[in-house]
Amino acid sequence: MEWYWVPEYFPRFVEGTWLTIQLLVISIIIGMSLAIPIGLVQVTGPRPLAWLAKGFCTVVRGTPLLIQLWLIYYGVGSLFPSIPGIRESFLWPYLRDAFPYAILAFSISVAGYEGEIMRGAFRGVPKGELEAARAIGMSPFQILRRVWLPRALQNVFPTLTGEFILTLKATPLAATITIYEAFGVSSIVRQETYRIYEPLLFVAFIYLVLAAVLIMIFKYFENKIPKRAS
Amino acid sequence: MENALEILSYSPPGWGGALLRGLMSTLQIAFGAYLLGLCIGLFGAFGKIYGGPVLRWSLEIYTTLIRAVPELVLILLLYYAGSDLLNFILESFGFERIDINPLVAGIYVIGFVQGAYTTEVFRGAFHAVPTGQIEAAKAIGMSSWKRHTRVVIPAMLPFALPGLANLWLIATKETALLAVVGFSELALVTKQATGSTKAYLTLYLAAAALYLSVTLVSNVIFGFIERHYRRGQPEQA
Repeated sequence: MEWYWVPEYFPRFVEGTWLTIQLLVISIIIGMSLAIPIGLVQVTGPRPLAWLAKGFCTVVRGTPLLIQLWLIYYGVGSLFPSIPGIRESFLWPYLRDAFPYAILAFSISVAGYEGEIMRGAFRGVPKGELEAARAIGMSPFQILRRVWLPRALQNVFPTLTGEFILTLKATPLAATITIYEAFGVSSIVRQETYRIYEPLLFVAFIYLVLAAVLIMIFKYFENKIPKRAS
Repeated sequence: MENALEILSYSPPGWGGALLRGLMSTLQIAFGAYLLGLCIGLFGAFGKIYGGPVLRWSLEIYTTLIRAVPELVLILLLYYAGSDLLNFILESFGFERIDINPLVAGIYVIGFVQGAYTTEVFRGAFHAVPTGQIEAAKAIGMSSWKRHTRVVIPAMLPFALPGLANLWLIATKETALLAVVGFSELALVTKQATGSTKAYLTLYLAAAALYLSVTLVSNVIFGFIERHYRRGQPEQA
């Protein structure tokens, strides 16, 4: 085991880890804001919308994330250059960068997996609570915002924590589309120093720390959820 | 559209045949890895339940570390560590270095990862078996082996099956990561095909459709298996 390379590459690992955190947080935020309506329409929505949401979840959960990522980056990305005039537009710098594609792919993945969980969560809220909310004259949107959604989220909070850790563990896939996040940096180190194990163990340690921090943050929020004294 | 059909046609220059062969090796690895995972899982779960402190703690470290580190990192680590270790052993016994068969390497790597998850699934299922049933088996004088093969494991299965079905789906999708270490399963074959045809969208959509069909067929099969093992149990809401 030789660790002489750590000081030299440390700044790049910090940058890479920051990129990993950005990938994770942005995709969770976008993914969850999609997952909530996807879960909701499967419980109350009109039939066609419910089927659409169900189909979306099945497709996302039935194909490997790596294929989704490559499909979006190489497949969808290859369509853009053929649009006339796009190279001159303000969008082009973003379309050329890999980061937005990774965000899109991870957000879709989060939306698919968490959409399925939110479906169960919405269904799990006792009917009586929703009827009570309606009885005191709340509008449907108020019911959703004040009763249904908070109660649903409370019930699946521990499950969501586990799911977000799975998302964290999926972020290294971004390295395959030229995003040098933590794992990507370790690949650079492996190529430049010809050490195999040390960079991998080092990056494994980074992910362990990130996962531990994530768990602590969610534990903090979980403790804020009021529990009925029993 | 016609172009797409040409690219996906079965015989060369179409890539359809290559994709299907890729799918076959994906399924081979997934199946082998799943079986290996089941063996590790069964051993691991009973080790965690009945083992002494040393065995229990080492299994605890195994399941925790494997489940906390990204699969991609694990696959690379296990791939290199496995081949180095094997060659080290072979050399110390005076044999030649060998290149490991990629199929075996893939099965070992994914199976080792799956084993950690399977261990937890079986452990959870064991604790769901009512103690009364195990005590009853003891009371009528069954030996420990008989008690496990006739009562505990059959009673565990209905509880373990949903988790096991999930793990099979994860195994099939995880094989795609082997593309990164250069194993030519479906994902890598697709990537090679896109390299030569530039038909990125068509080929990746085709690969996604193949993976999806594996998932859908597996869901149906596991539905049957689950119904078989749930027979005689109260309906669940």
